[in-house]
Amino acid sequence: MTSPLLAVQDLEVWFDLPHGDTLHAVRRVSFSVERGERFGLVGESGCGKTTTILALMGLLPPTATVSGRVLLEGEDILEDGETSVRPHRWTDISMIFQGAMNALNPVQTVGAQIVEAMELHGIAEGADAKSQAGQLLEMVGIAPDRLDRYPHEFSGGMRQRAAIAMALACEPKVLLADEPTTALDVMVQAQILLLLERLSQELGLTVILVTHDLPVVAEVCGRAAVMYGGEIAEVGPVDTLYHDSRHPYTRLLFAAVPDPTGEEEVVSIPGAPPRLDRPIVGCPFQPRCDRAFEPCPTEQPRLIALGADHQAACHLNDPAFRAVS
Amino acid sequence: MSDTNGAPVLAVEDLIVHYPVPRGIVGSLARKPREQVHAVEGVSFSLQKGEMLALVGESGCGKTTTAQAVMRLVEAESGAIRLDGRDITAIPSGELRSLRRRIQIIYQDPYESLDPRFRVRTTVEEPMAIHGIGSSKQDRATRVAAALERVGLKPPSLFLDRYPHELSGGQRQRVAIAAGLVLEPELLVADEPVSMLDVSVRAGVLSLLDQLRRGGLAVLMITHDLSTAAHFADRIAVMYLGRIVEEGPTRQVVNNPQHPYTKALMSVVPRRDPREASTPQILQGETPNPIRVPPGCRFHPRCPVAQDVCKTQDPALHDAKEARTPDHLAACLFT
Ligand SMILES: Nc1ncnc2c1ncn2[C@@H]1O[C@H](COP(=O)(O)OP(=O)(O)O)[C@@H](O)[C@H]1O
Ligand SMILES: [Mg+2]
Repeated sequence: MTSPLLAVQDLEVWFDLPHGDTLHAVRRVSFSVERGERFGLVGESGCGKTTTILALMGLLPPTATVSGRVLLEGEDILEDGETSVRPHRWTDISMIFQGAMNALNPVQTVGAQIVEAMELHGIAEGADAKSQAGQLLEMVGIAPDRLDRYPHEFSGGMRQRAAIAMALACEPKVLLADEPTTALDVMVQAQILLLLERLSQELGLTVILVTHDLPVVAEVCGRAAVMYGGEIAEVGPVDTLYHDSRHPYTRLLFAAVPDPTGEEEVVSIPGAPPRLDRPIVGCPFQPRCDRAFEPCPTEQPRLIALGADHQAACHLNDPAFRAVS
Repeated sequence: MSDTNGAPVLAVEDLIVHYPVPRGIVGSLARKPREQVHAVEGVSFSLQKGEMLALVGESGCGKTTTAQAVMRLVEAESGAIRLDGRDITAIPSGELRSLRRRIQIIYQDPYESLDPRFRVRTTVEEPMAIHGIGSSKQDRATRVAAALERVGLKPPSLFLDRYPHELSGGQRQRVAIAAGLVLEPELLVADEPVSMLDVSVRAGVLSLLDQLRRGGLAVLMITHDLSTAAHFADRIAVMYLGRIVEEGPTRQVVNNPQHPYTKALMSVVPRRDPREASTPQILQGETPNPIRVPPGCRFHPRCPVAQDVCKTQDPALHDAKEARTPDHLAACLFT
């Protein structure tokens, strides 16, 4: 049996807050991703998506405490903290930050920024680096003669392409894309999503697409994890998540987004996500759930396997509780 | 349902709004001709009592400018804006206050639109004090409570003394709507009312607007999200570079789009059912800058079916040949 390209096991992240408080942002998160796969990490804002992928990159601030394992081709890259993650950062696992398109250095040309990234990691130097940077731009759909342009001369969509090119400068195996289309219009979003699909197909690149937008994940990804309150509520093929969801949150989240041609009612989920700076007792979704029953307020649900490739953390799937309910 | 017999609450006719482009000091020294942003370039539509019209389009297409012109927050270069039949483009500034009462607007960001220093009670009551509505303090208090009930903040006593920071995004947006409703407006303009809210609470605010529409209010909704428009509006007007390129009953525009731009937009809207994978028809490039609008049909440089004639002829909005209803219009030489 071959190991998955990337396996996250029991990841936990706590942030120290002022006044000695702690915020438990990521709780027992586990999922794995195969080579060339497009995997979605989806959920409402504040559910822990960004924190999860920053942990994979070893880029959390010093106020964060991390535990759990992140296996890259079987090797635990979090084992020795910065020492073990540094050799893999950008070269094996790379990332497009949320809002990256607006964070390019305004006083440096796009080409110079890509060249700098390559030189820093010893990928290439000088003229060689410049020609590789040109090829990178071409790969993301920007004419190579644009290397000498500044970010403000690019449209939003082009800046996002440049940010993708920069993330690919060291030929990573995994690309973590944090809300890469959130600020873009729908047509430009479609262009960028198509680009990410193409890159994963042509380069065998593994893409983890992080977004609050469920339909975007449904379009682009084969599998996805739905996060709620710092935990994974359900994970599986997107088709299964939509047609055979086994967690009420997944079902309600799909029902909360309008579909352009659908006639079904769009629902709103009452209440708000839980505070993460207090202990959560029982199921985090229980106060908003339309199917909550006896064990939910007190017993914490664990991810239960429902099929070869489908897991959900909901007591409704647990035979032990179903018997009494 | 729209009441098509009555006069429209709002009728916009051939609205044109241009913004000057700052020349900068070099430009003015060189005496360059002043450039203009052609934000709105001949927009017409009307809105009945009890009807919701969605203006849909990408950022910069002129949706918000159109709404601001209706509110008289920006001046129209030409065209007419009729509220209950009366042209308000030339209303003297002394009458603006009463105009502003009849048209209320809900903004995108409920965090910015509510004053953080005011309790809900004050936020909802203040507009009445400004416009001299309500016979007494007591009467206004009753109206505040009724407005909170109407927007689903029940019981009102639970919310009256809260400050904005003690409310969720959805609740803030409801307070903003309540503060508009106490003035008993005829027209509610909602500019991207849910785009800053969490996915799980958007439907609640949109359903509230739908309910107000059923109660007789005319709602002009501005959104970049076709799915939202498709679900909640009675009619959709699709804008591109300052023009309406297609307009019609929602089901018609969504299921039988006529203009090539609408067809492309519909094809790229992500669907929640993974099995409904559409064949996206992705347009190249991005919408051009409205300072230099392409000649002829403004969409022709990106249009997948453009012909030579499209480079010179500027199509007007007309009944689309393949429309299934008479009020389905498109601005394309081939429809
Ligand atoms: N540096 C930090 N310090 C303290 N709390 C943080 C920090 N970063 C994120 N959080 C908190 O962690 C939780 C998860 O946030 P985040 O990972 O950004 O969610 P998402 O990306 O899903 O919106 C939130 O409650 C957020 O406020
Ligand atoms: Mg985030």
